[in-house]
Amino acid sequence: MSVLLQYLVTGVSRGFLFALLATGFVIIYRVTKVVNFAQGAFVVLGGFIAYSLLGAGVPQGLSEVLAVLASAAIGLLFGAVTILGKMSTIASLITTIGLALLCEAVAMLVWGTTPLTYSGLSGHDLRFGGIFVQPQYLLLIGVSLVVLAALWLLLDHTYVGKAMTACASNPYAARLTGINVKAMGLLSFAIGGALGGVGGVLIMPLFPITYDSDVNLAILGFAAAIVGSLTSPTLALAGGLIFGIAEELVAGYWSQANETAVALALMILLLLWQSHRRQQVAKLV
Amino acid sequence: MTSTGAATAPILSVDGLLVRYGAAIALEDVSLEVGRGEMVALIGANGAGKTTLLNTLSGILAPSAGTIRCAGRLAHVPEGRELFFDLCVDDNLRLGAWKAPSRDPARIYELFPKLRDLSRRKAGFLSGGEQQMVAIGRALMAGPDVLAIDELSQGLAPIVVQEIGRYLVRLNAETGLSVLLVEQNARLALELCARAYVLETGRIATHGPSALLRNEPAVRSAYLGGHVTT
Ligand SMILES: Nc1ncnc2c1ncn2[C@@H]1O[C@H](COP(=O)(O)OP(=O)(O)OP(=O)(O)O)[C@@H](O)[C@H]1O
Ligand SMILES: [Mg+2]
Repeated sequence: MSVLLQYLVTGVSRGFLFALLATGFVIIYRVTKVVNFAQGAFVVLGGFIAYSLLGAGVPQGLSEVLAVLASAAIGLLFGAVTILGKMSTIASLITTIGLALLCEAVAMLVWGTTPLTYSGLSGHDLRFGGIFVQPQYLLLIGVSLVVLAALWLLLDHTYVGKAMTACASNPYAARLTGINVKAMGLLSFAIGGALGGVGGVLIMPLFPITYDSDVNLAILGFAAAIVGSLTSPTLALAGGLIFGIAEELVAGYWSQANETAVALALMILLLLWQSHRRQQVAKLV
Repeated sequence: MTSTGAATAPILSVDGLLVRYGAAIALEDVSLEVGRGEMVALIGANGAGKTTLLNTLSGILAPSAGTIRCAGRLAHVPEGRELFFDLCVDDNLRLGAWKAPSRDPARIYELFPKLRDLSRRKAGFLSGGEQQMVAIGRALMAGPDVLAIDELSQGLAPIVVQEIGRYLVRLNAETGLSVLLVEQNARLALELCARAYVLETGRIATHGPSALLRNEPAVRSAYLGGHVTT
């Protein structure tokens, strides 16, 4: 029982990380129609930058905030590369994969190939139904919840959020109403970068990260975003939790080697189910 | 319909406009004027350059030569309506006011009472006529002095076109809104507007009061199907 509980706590916290990634996919897709496969790189770079700042003696909280800001800046830069030209959507998608590879190369050169970690929130482990939980787990869950709620409010319940959605819905009409479509796209990339950075700085004390962790993270974040058809931040959170918990249970009760394979199989099932449902709707209308 | 013509200072004046797509010339030496409170029609065959002209007026395309002077705010109802299909009617209308001070769509619901009941519906699930009302409403939300409408009647039943046409005339009479109306249906355009321009392969072929154009043989045969009903 307490073993299961332990897996669930771990799974939920991984789930929030995936939800942060998924929401990054969602906001960028909703504004630019680009699927940003460099989303995992924001987590890795955010975490590594915080690690280096800590090593240089910068206080923990400040290091983490600066790392998130740096991730936002990297997101902005990626956005500039991807959407400022006249690239087709498919070309932008390939570009984001290229950027992710570039990040891996840079991360390997600067930080090497060994997994990195640093200690998170200090304090006694909390006793919780027969298991011990590090305070960092609660920090991760709490901060993620606040950030995700803020994003949901922004996207679905504010005027600016509506304008951001309008950019992808009909870029031409958005321009006619005076919305700066490119600026909105850049903003979405910066927010996507910050979301990854938040995930990186919060997860690194719990799960060490290597320069090439981004691929797995991007895949799981994408899978979680697919649950909400790449557009719903609330369903993306649900998706994140599903994949986080499923991954931990598979790793715990079966084998760690299978966790990604199972997650991918789940994602394919979801995609099939969604295209089936879309066909049903198409038949109705 | 107040026809001040070009006698008073125009709200919109275009002079010697040249617009290219790459090497191809889409508009050449296009000059036109819309007076304050005037409704002006722009008619022309497919590919004449009407949409190109409106896109240039609203800054989507940059002219290679010529000047555009607008003494107020111009809003553009695009060809094919171009609504935000993923957003509801109310959000579509509110977004029209992105650059305007008031985001309250109440006045649009007063103008198009039908839209009030549909305000929560996704714009993608509206009929063509309803979509055209939203498109006009969205443009009006910008608080324009000139409304440029591209293909008002496209894909709409004649009765719906009549209805929307009446709305426009009412708006024009009540608020002094100037209108530049692009239409395939020349009969309708000449009926609604006191003055018209005829665009042919990127050039203004002729212009003048609708009553005169309606009887010009060239206009009659090309745009009015050869016979006139007044
Ligand atoms: N993006 C573009 N690139 C190149 N050529 C274009 C482009 N858009 C329009 N054209 C060309 O410019 C000319 C004018 O097109 P435009 O759309 O302005 O015509 P229109 O008068 O609005 O026609 P319609 O009544 O069919 O809407 C046409 O020859 C068209 O093929
Ligand atoms: Mg056209």
